[in-house]
Amino acid sequence: MIKLEKRPQPSDLWSMATPIVAVLATMVFGGLLFAFLGKNPAEAIRTIFWDPLFGEFAFYYRPQLLVKGAPLVLIAIGLSLGFRAGIWNIGAEGQYIMGAIVGAAVGLAFYPAESVLIFPLMILGGAFGGWLWAMIPAILKVRFGTNEILVSLMLVYVAEQFLAAASLSFLKNPEGFGFPGSRNLQQYPSAHNAEVIAGTGMHWGVVFAFIAVIFAYVLLNRHMLGFQIRLTGEAPRAARFAGVKPARLILFCLGASGALAGLAGLFEVSGPAGQITIDFNVGYGFTAIIVAFLGRLHPVGILLAGGLMALTYIGGDIAQSNLGLPAAAIQVFQGMLLFFLLALDLLTNYRIRLAKRETA
Amino acid sequence: MKRTTLLAGVAMALSLAGAALAQTKVGFVYVGPVGDGGWTYEHNQGRLAVEEEFGDAVETVFVENVAEGPDAERVITQMALQGADLIFTTSFGYMDPTINVAAKFPDVKFEHATGYKTADNVSTYSARFYEGRAVQGTIAGMMTESNIIGYIGSYPIPEVIRGINSAYIHAKKVNPDVEFKVVWAYTWFDPAKEADAAKVLIEQGADVVLQHTDSTAPLAAAKAAGNVIGFGQASDMAEYKPAPRVSSIIDNWAPYYIARTKAVMDGTWESAMTWDGIAPGMVEIGEITDAVPEDVKAAALDVMNAIANGDYHPFTGPLNKQDGSAWLADGEVADDGTLAGMNFYVEGLTGEIPQ
Repeated sequence: MIKLEKRPQPSDLWSMATPIVAVLATMVFGGLLFAFLGKNPAEAIRTIFWDPLFGEFAFYYRPQLLVKGAPLVLIAIGLSLGFRAGIWNIGAEGQYIMGAIVGAAVGLAFYPAESVLIFPLMILGGAFGGWLWAMIPAILKVRFGTNEILVSLMLVYVAEQFLAAASLSFLKNPEGFGFPGSRNLQQYPSAHNAEVIAGTGMHWGVVFAFIAVIFAYVLLNRHMLGFQIRLTGEAPRAARFAGVKPARLILFCLGASGALAGLAGLFEVSGPAGQITIDFNVGYGFTAIIVAFLGRLHPVGILLAGGLMALTYIGGDIAQSNLGLPAAAIQVFQGMLLFFLLALDLLTNYRIRLAKRETA
Repeated sequence: MKRTTLLAGVAMALSLAGAALAQTKVGFVYVGPVGDGGWTYEHNQGRLAVEEEFGDAVETVFVENVAEGPDAERVITQMALQGADLIFTTSFGYMDPTINVAAKFPDVKFEHATGYKTADNVSTYSARFYEGRAVQGTIAGMMTESNIIGYIGSYPIPEVIRGINSAYIHAKKVNPDVEFKVVWAYTWFDPAKEADAAKVLIEQGADVVLQHTDSTAPLAAAKAAGNVIGFGQASDMAEYKPAPRVSSIIDNWAPYYIARTKAVMDGTWESAMTWDGIAPGMVEIGEITDAVPEDVKAAALDVMNAIANGDYHPFTGPLNKQDGSAWLADGEVADDGTLAGMNFYVEGLTGEIPQ
């Protein structure tokens, strides 16, 4: 008989170990899946995890890891603050879109003037756009007690409509022959989020992602507000007795995650993506939720998880073209990762006991 | 014994290397899954035709479900890095990424579908789908009893607007009372959204549903409703024959892909803008089934043949724009520039193009 026994204290060891065990389990079962598809599992795993880092073309893929991972980390850091306090912002995708629209609009409003002030203004615009979008669920929750999960999620679809409208009308490239999509900001030097050091993939979004990690770490470990966030999540009653004001916390957590998601959108639209298009958003806001949990809601963990997630995306595309693996198999592989993580999480709070069969 | 095996192994490796050197590598970037049954499916059929045609002389690779934007740029770069000689990027949103990558790999040839930016090593290609829409419009106009024709638009871009205009002009020609209802799905491929759009149109009285989205969901909705007909889009969608699918527009990329691959192999490839229609076979009209009466079928085939042999252009005046202003005089034919950037409805269509 196998029995689950609740641990008196969550196990620190397992809390650290589960992500690693989950990755290993994903490799094993993913390998099995690839083997069933008639591919060499070792080669497939190597292509996904090794080639982007150390393969022949790693000089190209390593910078791409930063490009792909930065928005994930930036958004996930913001989400983790709220998640720790039990405030569930599921609509980062919408805040990401609104940040990109507002930020790009600020930049394009100055076109074709050149000034070093334009890009900083765009950054402010991006953060503001995301913050504003997150304030809707925040204020509705504080004033009317609505569920922030539903409101923030629904606002993603509203943001997508704004995105379509922006691409088709008020941000449409006047020189685009009637096709949807804004001017390409990569060709507008003052608004271009170029690489800080050429060839490294290190654009301003990557810099901000690292800064966000440090800030979140300091906030959670050294600051009163961080303590209140943790306390609210772990012991809501105790938090109330300790004088935590829930409304203030809700506004802060949703606002901060919205602003960070908006920043991620701005850096993406002004850099790697270059333009506002109808399909600008590719799901970073949702993937970041996985990244936040994969990283145990810990800033450093999120940094590593963002890198890992980026690795599976880039490696997955390489596996598709080199090995002919279908895209669906890669998605299943990524899904396994989260599944194993959540399943193994059980071991943090429970221990498995092999109990002797009792005789009647 | 051992040495011979080793030598044989080396010889084999060398000959393999030799074969690999002579091989032309062709890459394909797809926006949807190869099993979408529509747009991406047909591009993949073209890829398979290239493999069939040249056998071991070519190696093809593809990546499916590639999001437009930075992901596309990475995938295209990856193909170029890994030695592709020719890369087909098969969605409009891959335009700027294709141009960016092409600038870094001057020796690699790129072919971008449905865009308008070219370079020394970037060609564009597209099909004159509106020619097929003229045939569809003729069938739709004659078949409708409610005089309401539903149209599922993907995005309000020139290609889609051309299709709506062409279908409407030809439906109106055979049925002056016809009315079009357009629903914008804002997706190329999303079976759930497409099914919803079809249901809305059917509820509003449409008994013919045209689609510019790539899944078979609208046909499934038409079948469920009964007495509603539709058309295969991008691919034949033959599983819905003979009704509700009464005909189809098939994108046949195979001849083009084979010709361009051959050009790269021969060293004769040059940057070009290709826009082919029914005559060269890039646009095919799928079998018109017996679910439509003989006279309808005959009228549709007449339109198709007139376009194919160059006697007739689907946008021939007199035509006015939606606001009543004159566009084409009697007998005048639309120029390709206006068609390429078409952002207006013709007279008679109701509703507004989302701007």
